[in-house]
Amino acid sequence: MSGPGLNDFVIKIGTVNGTGSASANGLLMKSIFRMGIPVVGKNVFPSNIQGLPTWYEIRVSGDGHAGRSGEVHMMVAMNQATYDQDLAELATGGVLLYDSTWPRPQLENRPDVTVIGVPLMAMCNEVVKAARSRILMKNMAYVGAVAALVDIDLGVIRSLIEETFAAKAKLIDSNMEAVKLGYDYVKANYECPLRFRVSALDKTSDKVMIDGNTAAALGCVYAGATFGAWYPITPSTSLMDGFVKYCKKLRVHEESGKNKFCIIQAEDELAAAGLIIGAAWNGARAFTPTSGPGISLMSEWIGFAYYTEIPVVFFDIQRTGPSTGMPTRTQQCDIQTTAYASHGDTKHIVLYPSDPNECFDFAVRSFDLAERFQTPVFFLSDIDLGMNDWMVDELTWDDNYVPDRGKVLSEDDLAKMDSFSRYLDVDGDHIPYRTLPGTDPKGAYFLRGSGHNAHARYTELGHEYQEVVDRLLAKWESAKTAVPAPVVQKAASQTRYGMIAIGTSDAAATEARTRLEADGMPIDYMRIRAFPFTDEVEAFIADHEEVFVIDQNRDAQLLNLLLTETSVPREKLTPVLHYSGEPLNYRFVCDELMKRIKLRKIA
Amino acid sequence: MTSFVKPKIRRSNEPLNELGLARADYEGNMSTLCAGCGHDSVTAAIVRAFYELSIPPHRALKISGIGCSSKTTSYFMNDSHGANTVHGRMPSFATGALSANNDLATIGISGDGDSLSIGLGQMAHAMRRNVNMLYMLENNGVYGLTKGQFSASADFGSLPKKGDPNEFSPIDPVAFALSVGATFIARSFSGDRKQLVSLIKAGLKHKGFAIIDVISPCVSFNDHKGSTKSYAHTYEFYSKAVHADYIAPSQEIVAAYDEGEVMPVELHDGGYIQLRKIDNSYDPTDRGAAFNRVMASDNANEILTGLLYIDESQPDLHRTQNMETRPLNEIPYTELNPGAEALSALQSEFR
Ligand SMILES: Cc1ncc(C[n+]2csc(CCOP(=O)(O)OP(=O)(O)O)c2C)c(N)n1
Ligand code: SF4
Ligand SMILES: [Mg+2]
Repeated sequence: MSGPGLNDFVIKIGTVNGTGSASANGLLMKSIFRMGIPVVGKNVFPSNIQGLPTWYEIRVSGDGHAGRSGEVHMMVAMNQATYDQDLAELATGGVLLYDSTWPRPQLENRPDVTVIGVPLMAMCNEVVKAARSRILMKNMAYVGAVAALVDIDLGVIRSLIEETFAAKAKLIDSNMEAVKLGYDYVKANYECPLRFRVSALDKTSDKVMIDGNTAAALGCVYAGATFGAWYPITPSTSLMDGFVKYCKKLRVHEESGKNKFCIIQAEDELAAAGLIIGAAWNGARAFTPTSGPGISLMSEWIGFAYYTEIPVVFFDIQRTGPSTGMPTRTQQCDIQTTAYASHGDTKHIVLYPSDPNECFDFAVRSFDLAERFQTPVFFLSDIDLGMNDWMVDELTWDDNYVPDRGKVLSEDDLAKMDSFSRYLDVDGDHIPYRTLPGTDPKGAYFLRGSGHNAHARYTELGHEYQEVVDRLLAKWESAKTAVPAPVVQKAASQTRYGMIAIGTSDAAATEARTRLEADGMPIDYMRIRAFPFTDEVEAFIADHEEVFVIDQNRDAQLLNLLLTETSVPREKLTPVLHYSGEPLNYRFVCDELMKRIKLRKIA
Repeated sequence: MTSFVKPKIRRSNEPLNELGLARADYEGNMSTLCAGCGHDSVTAAIVRAFYELSIPPHRALKISGIGCSSKTTSYFMNDSHGANTVHGRMPSFATGALSANNDLATIGISGDGDSLSIGLGQMAHAMRRNVNMLYMLENNGVYGLTKGQFSASADFGSLPKKGDPNEFSPIDPVAFALSVGATFIARSFSGDRKQLVSLIKAGLKHKGFAIIDVISPCVSFNDHKGSTKSYAHTYEFYSKAVHADYIAPSQEIVAAYDEGEVMPVELHDGGYIQLRKIDNSYDPTDRGAAFNRVMASDNANEILTGLLYIDESQPDLHRTQNMETRPLNEIPYTELNPGAEALSALQSEFR
């Protein structure tokens, strides 16, 4: 296992939410990133505005691992209410940094841990007058203390502060002063740097730190989405915030100052779904970001869009369920819901992005798939991906991209036709043609969620009804060849073990696979990227004796979807379940897999 | 069964509108509603209004929720795109559709169940947003399609066909719309074709959210003695406050009516809605006064009809959203794509 060591350790900062610590934590992470060292940042925050415990975890990973490690080596304990818990979480040999303005001898009761007291508040009180500023400055002071301990370049910190406060020069000096308070105190009173520390690399120059929601929002802009509707819900809100921001920046007509987009904050998710379905029916690329509770509310509309064949995109940024659950904690708990959302026989296209780069790419692909297959598409992300900053390759765009608007008839097309039938499979590809309102009288048709035949007329005749729903199924199955294919990481040697994961399980799964192989346990790993499952999925399972299926939920939703949608035997699939609400870490995956593999060897 | 498509048969010498279309060109499928249902009369009035306004059918949208009333979108204008959506959610779909293309004349059809129970929230929010549409609330006091349960518009003490009288306070769509801020509020009756046609025309021409609460009796479940939404009851308590006629930009305003004062309200297209007040003391541009008058008539069991409130000055959703005049669905992708360079530049904030 890893760490702690040079460029390989985890800092966790425990604070109280609403105290402005987020920017201090971001500053710490960014400065390490700017030193060319890969980092992973995870925010664990409460569903609350002020006063509850919140943590930020920074993993420094010179090797570039993208997930959590599962250990903490330095705890910056700034919340007295969680001292005990924070102390307990430290790995042997770890360091606890706390504000010794209020000395806490009980922190000394773990002999295997070094406790470093810094009188942060006392020092800040001496130099800062306003109470609110004192708290903010105390945050900067712990940044300085950590910088001294792990050897972060003060010059890098300074340039980041300068960028942040470019417009308010006065704040640059006061913030730097606070950083220096912590830095100098630690330098003067402790041996620095620690055994685990950073040392500049050159591994981040073509990288960005971006969260999945922002990347997905950019994807919507680049895909040419013009209509968005939403009802605010954590953790999806920042996706719409991003879309608003970039539309205002990039989508306003230069001369007229008028918008080339429309964004509506709906009264609820029922309305958000109706709004985008109406807009998409009328030819706009339309989407809504939401989370589990919103998907539940939207269900009736989702079935409507499926049955009437309207291309819309639902971004489901999952959070811990059921019900309100733990709104700021992560899970992959809507795998089953999104696959089959709504009553009746419904099946959807679902994409499973695993990092912000894929969020950008899959957002664009979602619109193309929706319009190609004339059906709702679900983009299944989660709070870990959506709201944490991930280090990824810079997003790139191909200016030759042309949106796939699917089979839409123009006025000229219609002029050449004798008649038009909305739901007729003319080309034998299960995808009918659609028309947009206002084009031509010949293109008019009646959209209804009630029984309809191939000519879009009302029907209660069994065979006419079946003709349409059978085609819908064939259409969905044909999407297999168009959705993103799975990605396979093969072990260097032949192995009977396979592992399957989706989305944000990828970082931990990848690292676990690498480490287990190094320890003599080769495993092949397939990351599924979409539903319907492509044929490679079934083949992969067939090629292995035992396949571990990682699910960030209690009920093994991915595993069960595999069982429903392929013919693989249940005995082959072993669930690996992580559903505490915290992002998955590689140690958990390694431990689970080793347990099973050893058991098997004994048996 | 499969729905029946009525063949278009033109009569010779049939009158034609400015587009050269006959009334039959605005018709739809055969109605499958009960004979005598008020909703069929409303459909006929809609056909007439669109025909008289010479709106090209394919430049119109007709959108409804679920119910007998909502079924009627397929009984008019076969050359228009239509949508029979989900119960109580027509307003959101219509708002989305209009956002993609605001150039289409949009009529929403709903019932009192669809609008006042399951759909009350969405109706209110379409009003708040001043969506540029005409919303027809075909009001029969019951859920026709599910066989006659009371709806939220059933009056206190109104008798069902079987069972106990209604004991809950009714929601008056007109008073509701006044309080939420709709900008064109009218009431009419399926049995008064003339008034209904002119209100529909005026409502379609109003830029913003127009609602017409149409008393539209259900002959199968709510047309008996003791029902306050029956034909007989409506005829008995029917009262007209303000007539509204749409005057196209090309036409001249004709002054002087015997019944009352004439008041022109200028529209965005350069035309007018000419108000003829039957009750001289009533001012349909004064929201507070309108509210008082509507409450007073509710209390007096009077069914006050006509254009009860109008405000042309409010911006519609398209304007509050500062949207381009070009419909969203006609903006070419080249104008929507910020390009690779912009993407690279904007990522400096993520370093
Ligand atoms: C979600 C949902 N719940 C219930 C129904 C059943 N339903 C169909 S129509 C209707 C009431 C319609 O009443 P109204 O809008 O007044 O129309 P009317 O038939 O009276 O014209 C109900 C409850 C439904 N279609 N969908
Ligand atoms: S049940 Fe009532 S509302 Fe429905 S069609 Fe018959 S008369 Fe009309
Ligand atoms: Mg009704």
